[in-house]
Amino acid sequence: MPTIVVEVMPKAELLDPQGKAVAGALRRLGKTEFTGVRVGKRFELTVEGPADAALLAEVQELADTVLSNSVIEDVTSIFVLEAVAGETH
Amino acid sequence: MRIGVVTFPGSLDDRDAQRAIRLAGATPVALWHGEHDLHGVDALVLPGGFSYGDYLRCGAIASLSPIMAEVIDAANKGMPVLGICNGFQMLTEAHLLEGGLIRNEAGAFICRDQRLRIENTDTAWTNGFTANQEITIPLKNGEGGFIASTDTLARLEGEGRVIARYLDVNPNGSLNEIAGISNARGNVVGLMPHPEHAVEPGFGPDTALAMRSGVDGLAFFTSVIERSLVNA
Repeated sequence: MPTIVVEVMPKAELLDPQGKAVAGALRRLGKTEFTGVRVGKRFELTVEGPADAALLAEVQELADTVLSNSVIEDVTSIFVLEAVAGETH
Repeated sequence: MRIGVVTFPGSLDDRDAQRAIRLAGATPVALWHGEHDLHGVDALVLPGGFSYGDYLRCGAIASLSPIMAEVIDAANKGMPVLGICNGFQMLTEAHLLEGGLIRNEAGAFICRDQRLRIENTDTAWTNGFTANQEITIPLKNGEGGFIASTDTLARLEGEGRVIARYLDVNPNGSLNEIAGISNARGNVVGLMPHPEHAVEPGFGPDTALAMRSGVDGLAFFTSVIERSLVNA
């Protein structure tokens, strides 16, 4: 069963309080080599059939309209995870 | 006048909104997210809470629920719609209002009695206020930071569509201290603080006169009733 991954990040120009909180924790741990942290989302959509062009077009549409809100987020990548070798269908 | 209050799974303030409507002098009508029926109401309130757990984004899944098709249609035809807190988030997710709401700048959930200035008294929900009236109503949110693109923000400000602005402190990092906005027509209003929690003496914010005597939120609900009488 192919899995399509959609990754969504808060818009770069917006403050990301979640990332800021994690960055603060790293700083307190002495991990000063990290100058910034941003936190996003990853969706994994599993389908029974092939991840063909039509399906990927539909995923793109859903990514833009449902999985993300273009006012506050960007869809940064969409890709297909190949089925694990030896997996039966 | 009959005002519908839509209950979603995870709504918290639906009954408070119904009570505010009753105290303002109208008849509240409980509506259910899973229906496609507005039961002939004259106006709508989308209440606060954490609809569908806010799992995708705040208000996002609610904005896709069955009844929202009717809500969007009615709003586009001019029906007064007030979105409070999670309801405001739903209105932005449904594209009935511009901009978006993100996690509070300080990263913490904020709960306080908040002073506001009402800057637009022409909308269906704010016409009962006087221009630049200062009010205090409760604010309680985790993701109330209002954001919009530079162009959108300039348009909202230029068209006078910022209906309420935070005073004293900016509790959640909202751009331009924006607490609430309206659509161009003025029938759809989104507000992050909670007017329905300041409608009855004994249960509102403290005032200089007495503890919990603040009823500054009531005028949002009386506004829409007055407007309907004028238009009748």
